[in-house]
Amino acid sequence: MNQAQKPPARPAGAVKEAFITSVPVMAGYVVLGIGFGILLHDAGYGVAWSFAMALLIYAGSMQYVGVGLLAGGASVITAILTTVMVNARHLFYSVSMIERYQNAGKYKPYLIFALTDETYSLLCDGKVPAGADPDKYRFLVSLFDQCYWVAGCVLGSILGAALPFNTAGIEFSMTALFIASFTQQWLDSHEHTPAVVGLVGSLACLLLFGPDDFLIPAMLVITASLTALRPRLSGKGTAK
Amino acid sequence: MSGNIHAAALVAAMSIVTILLRALPFLIFRRGKRIPAYVAYLGQVLPQAIIGMLVIYCLKDMTFAQAPYGLPELIAAAAVVALQVWRKNSLISILSGTAIYMILIRLI
Repeated sequence: MNQAQKPPARPAGAVKEAFITSVPVMAGYVVLGIGFGILLHDAGYGVAWSFAMALLIYAGSMQYVGVGLLAGGASVITAILTTVMVNARHLFYSVSMIERYQNAGKYKPYLIFALTDETYSLLCDGKVPAGADPDKYRFLVSLFDQCYWVAGCVLGSILGAALPFNTAGIEFSMTALFIASFTQQWLDSHEHTPAVVGLVGSLACLLLFGPDDFLIPAMLVITASLTALRPRLSGKGTAK
Repeated sequence: MSGNIHAAALVAAMSIVTILLRALPFLIFRRGKRIPAYVAYLGQVLPQAIIGMLVIYCLKDMTFAQAPYGLPELIAAAAVVALQVWRKNSLISILSGTAIYMILIRLI
């Protein structure tokens, strides 16, 4: 609960606790990583690319979107703007972890780098198992999570090249990921205007600009609409 | 070769921007500094809207004009929504939805 008081650290103690905490993320990361690796392979990029992206980008949704950017030969500007929009939520994860990671010392840079949706969901309640060094524990949870992700992505690339059956349709895993996430956010919130703005604004831009050029206009329309709706939406809180 | 260089530039851009987004709050809002209300507001409403945009992005190449009239996508998407409402387990929804889609495109 309280990160200020450090319990006496047992050197090896945090490893076991961190591993147990990270287990729920293991299945999800390995499966989604495999899906990503297969997609990337089908787009013409092999295991080295998969490994590099899992290591350096380490953001699930963005890597899935990134396959489309790579395959479509998007411009660097499009890649930058798309990353800003898709990953903007990480700003807010970091904001809520400022206090907690303040004194993490040598672990701090990696803790910040590895703050994905799933790692955030494991660490945001601030609980640390009794007897574990909080900073080392959080570092190890973050590290285990990235290991699962890298392993999944690499495995997917290898499977993509080796699978004896036709993997056509596997790309729907990305669509399913976002639809499941959209549905869950809808269930968790009682203010649905932002979700509707996202759907309708994007659909309108898709019809106006066509499938290859609608992403940037959609981002602008969404941001402008939400800014205009601020007097109506702000303060009401979207979480149940 | 130039294709690989461009792809490496895209990966580098995605990596650097992601790292900056995660690190920026630690650089700007040191302990005790208040977060601007507009930024806090966007943090509240943007995630839902962006997920909506990504759903549309994934379905952007769907065609209704010719067979199979987008049916595999629509049926599989409906299955994902239904499973998520019922079980609230994203992994089950994603795996089942993908399996349903892979079967449908071979049948329809």
